[in-house]
Amino acid sequence: MITFNQFVFYLFSAIMVISALRMITVRNPVHAVLHLVLTFFTAAVLWVQLGAEFLGIVLVLVYVGAVMVLFLFVVMMLDINIARMREGFVRFLPVGLVVALIMLGEMLVVLTGRVFRLAPPPMPPAGYSNTEALAGVLYTGYVYPFEIAAFVLLVAIIAAIALTLRRRPGTLHQDPAEQIRVRARDRLRIVKMDAEKRS
Amino acid sequence: MIGLTDYLVLGAILFSISVAGIFINRKNLIVLLMCIELMLLAVNINFIAFSHFRTDLAGQVFVFFILTVAAAEAAIGLAILVVLFRNRRSINVLDVDELKG
Repeated sequence: MITFNQFVFYLFSAIMVISALRMITVRNPVHAVLHLVLTFFTAAVLWVQLGAEFLGIVLVLVYVGAVMVLFLFVVMMLDINIARMREGFVRFLPVGLVVALIMLGEMLVVLTGRVFRLAPPPMPPAGYSNTEALAGVLYTGYVYPFEIAAFVLLVAIIAAIALTLRRRPGTLHQDPAEQIRVRARDRLRIVKMDAEKRS
Repeated sequence: MIGLTDYLVLGAILFSISVAGIFINRKNLIVLLMCIELMLLAVNINFIAFSHFRTDLAGQVFVFFILTVAAAEAAIGLAILVVLFRNRRSINVLDVDELKG
């Protein structure tokens, strides 16, 4: 008889593995991104089950909500020739499978050993908040790494903007500074001349 | 009872899937980036599982930092991809051979 926890774990693990497999084999990049989103969602469920509620919600809100949507934007913006992208799919399939299976086998040999048979931890006491505990660690012992992480994000923002910014010559865009700086004498020339005689 | 080994095996399976994905989608730059995201997810699952079973919050803090760095990496990678597509009209890896001698 399997417990509810086991049922949730096996069901969501199956969904996760299947959607990951679909992600790497599907033809359309948009479908690949959507399968990746499904994988992240199920991972968030497993994390919540493991007691990491804050990170599970962060994964859904920040990762799926921002990063994956960014991927989706880029995929939809680019006009990708799918047929050309699929060249070599069948040719590299055996190599990829062999390498992946060997890696999986090696990891299974190590991971199913006796070392990783840890006893399940005791239930946290009533009123325990994962978010509060994480904040207590993050803002004290890990405050310098936290600030470095913020700096990494700042550098990423600047890099992304600097990379994609472009000034196209020949477009008819307005320059407000130029418009404000202009004087009347730059635009209008007042010419003094004598009145013409009526003939 | 679900043990630590189950979560580690799940992480190993996901990691292997993303390695296979890098091999079989080696023409498509955007799927390569997505495979890297999947790898980081597999690593994060391991971190969270260890953090749970050892009742040590350091694992979750590290997952937090990995998510931050992964978001930065995705943003810069996609920016490079957009610039590449603008100049090349293609994101095929075979078309990016400027540095080849």
